[in-house]
Amino acid sequence: MSTEDPTRPTEPEDPTKAAGAVGELAIPLDPRLMVRERGLRGYWDVLVQRTKAGELGSMPVIVGLVVICVVFQLLDSRFLSATNLSNLAQQMSAVGIISIGIVLVLLLGEIDLSVGSVSGLTSAILAVLNVSHGWAVVPSILAALLAGTAIGLIQGFFFAKIGVPAFVVTLAGLIGWQGLQLTVLGDQGTINFDFNGGIAKLANTFYTPGVGYAIAAVVVGLFVLAMIVGARRRARAQLPARPLSETVLRAVFLAIALFLVVWIMNKARGLPLALVIFGGLVVIFDLILRRTLYGRYVFAVGGNPEAARRAGINVAMIRITVFALCSTLAAAGGIMAASRLYAVNQSSGGSDVLLNAIAAAVIGGTSLFGGRGSAYSALLGILVIQSITNGMLLLNLGTDVRFMITGAVLLAAVTVDAVARRGREASGRA
Amino acid sequence: MTATATATPVLSLKGISKRFGAVQALTDAEIEVMPSEVVALVGDNGAGKSTLVKVISGVGPANDGTIEWEGRPVSIGGPRDAQRLGIATVYQDLALADNLDVVANLFLGNEERHGGVLDDIGMEARARELLQTLSVKIPSVRTQVASLSGGQRQSVAIARSLLGEPKVVILDEPTAALGVAQTAEVIALIKRLKDRGYGLIVISHNLADVFEVADRIVVLRLGRNAGVFDAHSDSSEDVVAAITGASDSAALERERARIGRTHGEKEVQP
Repeated sequence: MSTEDPTRPTEPEDPTKAAGAVGELAIPLDPRLMVRERGLRGYWDVLVQRTKAGELGSMPVIVGLVVICVVFQLLDSRFLSATNLSNLAQQMSAVGIISIGIVLVLLLGEIDLSVGSVSGLTSAILAVLNVSHGWAVVPSILAALLAGTAIGLIQGFFFAKIGVPAFVVTLAGLIGWQGLQLTVLGDQGTINFDFNGGIAKLANTFYTPGVGYAIAAVVVGLFVLAMIVGARRRARAQLPARPLSETVLRAVFLAIALFLVVWIMNKARGLPLALVIFGGLVVIFDLILRRTLYGRYVFAVGGNPEAARRAGINVAMIRITVFALCSTLAAAGGIMAASRLYAVNQSSGGSDVLLNAIAAAVIGGTSLFGGRGSAYSALLGILVIQSITNGMLLLNLGTDVRFMITGAVLLAAVTVDAVARRGREASGRA
Repeated sequence: MTATATATPVLSLKGISKRFGAVQALTDAEIEVMPSEVVALVGDNGAGKSTLVKVISGVGPANDGTIEWEGRPVSIGGPRDAQRLGIATVYQDLALADNLDVVANLFLGNEERHGGVLDDIGMEARARELLQTLSVKIPSVRTQVASLSGGQRQSVAIARSLLGEPKVVILDEPTAALGVAQTAEVIALIKRLKDRGYGLIVISHNLADVFEVADRIVVLRLGRNAGVFDAHSDSSEDVVAAITGASDSAALERERARIGRTHGEKEVQP
């Protein structure tokens, strides 16, 4: 091992390994292999290598966001104003929540085309129970969510047990649940919520500045705590841990980002509850995916179903529950959308809800081919989609132009995914 | 081989028959493996190697025959039975999830948990220890399996099979599609497993590899045993003749008799 060569990523140089526990792994490494070198330099090297190998992750979306912000800000100076960004945050939460479910389904390498209709149907159920039948807020929300879960179980069953392609099952759902939505809404067509009722509050509550900062502080605090506990446990297990500088840097970045968001929201109406719910769900599902047995199995089934089956994983169960989760999240998104509009009507969950949710997940960096992605892609992707929609509305562009541009962005995102996949294949990582 | 001649085989199959409808895939086949022994299972395509391995691993139980585990008769009715006995099988396609890292693949289906969440740190520590004791050379246990070389992937798959603490490990074509250096890597790993007391059954088409790593060579031809050879003394011509059937009939009988004289009665067909 030539320690003189500074460009070679060398895990064995890590001082924690000098303890000898893993001395035998100290072999000359192929410099082409992706080993994270400690420090910022290592991050940059890994980034360059990954880009070349088609492991783009969330990089295209961040670049895209910056471009979108610059372009719209140049065209209309209101784009980055606090008021507009506050609107954006409120607008994106509903479809963003639906998009988290799409991420889960995409991780399996499948697709759910029914989420729009499911969100419409479940919000109709919510409205009928809450307004027409006078149910209390919490029971009607739970009923709507459970209706979503049941729909997902049915669709998952047909896919995982009967073997009908998910594309077809959920396409049938797309049409069928929309029909049921019309039935549930009845002749009336539109049901309005009480403007000051509990359901309207979901998407129309804004926290006072102090509460907003407190939430940000708690999140940063929990993050730092988790990092410290993790580092301690790694040290105790004599595993290489992140250097302190990196931990501090990540915490500082997170703190800056969160406090910036809260500061901007406070300049408008305050931190929206809808954004807190959406952000909370993203974090929860990220933790489920990365830290629990269930999440590991979702990735395994998405990566290699046969390997998962042979490892004793109940593949059908994973598939059914993922579809159930996806439909439940679609219901949650539907509830959020109904709350924002103070109403449910025949077109709730229709038009571009489905495509925006799928586009967001894919634009955010979750692969259509399964096994690669993260819950955060729902957040990043919906930011892109909603920014474009919002910016074009500011510019008073017609629906015709908006649809064409949104379509082009979706095509571009999927193209990036497909090209990246080719890159992975070329470098043997597909 | 001679040192273990009196010991009890850890696994022994006799008179194994297996039919698929009208096809008699195995007829009266037998194989046995001692602790710390590498038995190569060779034969032409369709000779019944995979069928025999499936009988052992429980994926495709036999129609007839007896299986003895450490001298006791047992029945293997499914993969779980085989695993419980201590038989681990590494299939040719390795069954690794490319999108997961080495640790996740090693523990797939046997994850350790720590208060409801995955104990990633504990698993990483155990994975390092395991790979280190096997001298498996992998840059980082957090590398995605997709970015490993063929030899490293094979090593990960083998290491994974050892987590269940088996006594017999079956390797299906471990060196197929590997380069020279990677083949050497895997062969060295198989030798280390032998030194650690595992009984190994290796299916291979590559006679050079077989002669390098095996102690005994069991040849199957058209679903029947076509001879057992000593990898240290017999020549590859004999093995090739048995595989292709060039030594059939009288020639084969002579060969069997010769082996019987060299290695004791138990290797002669009854």
